[in-house]
Amino acid sequence: MTTLDAPPTVEGAGLVGRSVARPDVPPKLDGSFEFSNDLSVPGMVFGATVRSPVARGVLRSVDTAPALAMPGVLAAFTVDDVPGDRWIGHIVRDQPVLADGEVRHHGEPIAFVVATSQAQAWRAADAVVVDIEPLEPVTDPEVALAEGAPALHPDGNVYRRLELRRGDLTERAPVEVHGTWETGRQDQAFLGPESALAVPDADGGVTVHAATQDLHLDREQVAAALGLPEELVRVRLAGVGGAFGGREDVTCQAHLAMAARALGRPVKTTYRRDESFLAHPQRHPSRYRYTIGADADGTLRYVRARVVLDGGAYASTSGPVLGSACYFAAGPYRVPAVEVVGEAVRTNNPVAGAMRGFGAVQACFGIESTLDLLAAELLIDPVELRRRNALRPGDVFPTSGQPFDATVDVVGLLDRCLALPLPDPDEVPMPAEGDPYAFPGGTGRTSTGEGVRRGVGVALGIKNHLYGSGMAEWSLASVRISAAGAVVRTAATEVGQGLTSALVQVAGDALGGMPVRVATADSEAGYAGSSSASRQTWMASGAVLSACRRAVEELALVVARRHAVDPADVGLADGRVVVAGRPLELADALGPEVVDAGGRYDAPRTHPGDPTTGQGDVHVSWMAVAHRAVVDVDTELGVAKVVQVATAQDVGRAVNPREVRGQITGGISQGVGLALTEHLDAPGGLVANGSFTDYLIPTAADMPEVVADVVEPGDPQGPLGLRGAGEPPSLSSTAAVAAALRAATGRPVTRVPARPQDLIAP
Amino acid sequence: MLEEVAVTVDGTPVALEAELTDSLLRALRDAGRTQVTGGCEQGECGSCSVQLDGVLVASCLVPAVVCSGAEVRTAPGLLGDDLAEAFARRGAVQCGFCTPGIVVAAESVLARAKDEGHALTPPEVREALAGNLCRCTGYEGIVAAVVEVSERRASVVPGSGA
Ligand code: FES
Ligand code: FES
Repeated sequence: MTTLDAPPTVEGAGLVGRSVARPDVPPKLDGSFEFSNDLSVPGMVFGATVRSPVARGVLRSVDTAPALAMPGVLAAFTVDDVPGDRWIGHIVRDQPVLADGEVRHHGEPIAFVVATSQAQAWRAADAVVVDIEPLEPVTDPEVALAEGAPALHPDGNVYRRLELRRGDLTERAPVEVHGTWETGRQDQAFLGPESALAVPDADGGVTVHAATQDLHLDREQVAAALGLPEELVRVRLAGVGGAFGGREDVTCQAHLAMAARALGRPVKTTYRRDESFLAHPQRHPSRYRYTIGADADGTLRYVRARVVLDGGAYASTSGPVLGSACYFAAGPYRVPAVEVVGEAVRTNNPVAGAMRGFGAVQACFGIESTLDLLAAELLIDPVELRRRNALRPGDVFPTSGQPFDATVDVVGLLDRCLALPLPDPDEVPMPAEGDPYAFPGGTGRTSTGEGVRRGVGVALGIKNHLYGSGMAEWSLASVRISAAGAVVRTAATEVGQGLTSALVQVAGDALGGMPVRVATADSEAGYAGSSSASRQTWMASGAVLSACRRAVEELALVVARRHAVDPADVGLADGRVVVAGRPLELADALGPEVVDAGGRYDAPRTHPGDPTTGQGDVHVSWMAVAHRAVVDVDTELGVAKVVQVATAQDVGRAVNPREVRGQITGGISQGVGLALTEHLDAPGGLVANGSFTDYLIPTAADMPEVVADVVEPGDPQGPLGLRGAGEPPSLSSTAAVAAALRAATGRPVTRVPARPQDLIAP
Repeated sequence: MLEEVAVTVDGTPVALEAELTDSLLRALRDAGRTQVTGGCEQGECGSCSVQLDGVLVASCLVPAVVCSGAEVRTAPGLLGDDLAEAFARRGAVQCGFCTPGIVVAAESVLARAKDEGHALTPPEVREALAGNLCRCTGYEGIVAAVVEVSERRASVVPGSGA
């Protein structure tokens, strides 16, 4: 193959950095976009899942005969029908495909029934007779850790224990504060319930059309459960109705693939909302016990934290979530000595796993709340305390000892956040004035106006983007250029965040403005990793850029040959191919020929961390954010209204400013939800509020005004200078609201979501 | 037992087939009208909003068999070009699952405001859309787009052809 001395000249189209239109929006507006539960193929039949009604028990028998006797019922599957591995899982294979001998959480799948209609499948699932001898569930992680606790699984009760140690841990500071903090079980509550379609293939394999975050993780687990080589399992992305971490784990995919192969027919299922609450892992409930030592002027001397995460019945992502929960437990602060000891624990509660912020949300609530205690103890302004201790260029990260990225200006973010305007009017409104939603309690006029107090709180958030911790991390993409334009193929998943549109921008610029279409993500396009950890725009952009560069070189060679010019005289500009100074339409330049090129991006390497102290370069780099919340609380009723959230967020570079803003407002809405209403309650391990009637996410009437300053210093490592943008809005918005609630009420607010009884003034 | 229920959907006659217990949402989707989405089937999320003989309803709460002869309007039948443009420009759509329901609710309140001859304020829009959950956007782009379109429609003089 001929090669070029220098890459061809490509004039970018100026797409990156502009709020260009998203290609997926028109079909989403007119309803023609196909979500996973809209898929339909001839001969399709429907599945339904039989779930455990108890949190823990011995599964004595499963009688599917009554279901099979019903009209239209085609098959019923139990663990004995699983052709391959009985155990699957995101990282650790500790979760039965269908319950095997013991059930460990409410809603655990026990059997899968297939019928000719979805309604009949649900009725048949109800007819399956399950005999379970209930056992006493263990629902408190500290009880599960205690000596003599029953082993809840052959793997034991501890998913991971992590110890981080740095500096001289023997000294005592003149001032010490202690705080204990708890966070609730937040559900991702994506609006489109779990749904997928599995179609048997002629080669004995199966294609699963799934709404998922990671096609290859799904493929790996489905192939294992089916006992098939991975090449025979294809996973294609079906339209995703929101994810936020809740689609990282396999739910129905393996059941459907197993049924489709056994029956030789396409099988689809859609979960009901109550089922969705039982089916995917939620954010880990946490308990943090802090001791912070400081000098009298507020200079931090040490941070000690003991972290317990309730991992629920199966491992899911508990291991890495614990990593995040511990590494961010000292926030973005300069601390000479740190000791964090964390455990993620198995219980009989709902499975916990990934949700936006991935352990760092809990850590942020803990460290920021404890810092406010210190500020109160020292009579120092909480903002000043943060400014004094924030990481600066030349510092090392407090928990890992890794040199901190000097382009992340933590103090600058704090100052820019505080410089944003306060709400107008800057006082508590009276209920009679204008907007009924401006007042705690809303249109119900619950509050009479007396006892309403305003509070303001500030918090800083920090988290890594990308996986880190020594994981090899890469992404593949390919580009095909023909007369009609370019088609980008990757397995990176669009989950609503706007990835498709970002890749159109990135490829459009790299290909001199030629028309670009992004094909539906498919496992056959090569590994891309998950849309999680605020990583996918970074990773997929890196791969697409690499593929585009190669495609341009190849295109120059092809065009040069066809037009008998030197390859050095071929360039791209304004959506045209410039051949020896003459702009030609793509079709004229390329004729019937097609150019194919693949690309790969490898993330900067990280270190797994020292096994005893956790020290090392465990993160690629960091995303930092500042939040300021203003709340009004009726301190007699304990009813709160978040009036405004201000934020300064470092996004490195905004690929699409409008979509970055959408991540900010959406992430803050989830942060506000965790602060005030969102907790999936599971007394005795049994989910009690699995519906949108009882699990309350913010509505349009609940959302505060958001004022944002998006900071773009450029990341030195990220492709195009971008950093992750998805998680930071959720990192510290909750902590800022909690601080504002404390300021308004004088109450300690030691747990989120804060309940009315936590907000009644003394 | 399946009953046949004749309706029109956005002006086109459609023969729905429904059991007594089926909701209008389910019957519409079974008939391939998947532009109506179901996020909860309990009347809580608003994704299934349609206009039934001109009235905004949660189609998951309406039994299909009572809809015989009804005129059903869904997002593609109601969405004005101005609202589509404003939704896209303002970032009102991310995953899009809530979108068809929000379009129906928004066009319903926009029509009411136009009839009453005024433009909607942000609090009015927030109240009107409080029954439509969106988990992705934080509602900012949605509310801004509806307010903007309402102002524009209110300033158009009827009969001016603008
Ligand atoms: S599906 Fe009808 S309100 Fe949610
Ligand atoms: S855009 Fe995803 S729920 Fe609204």
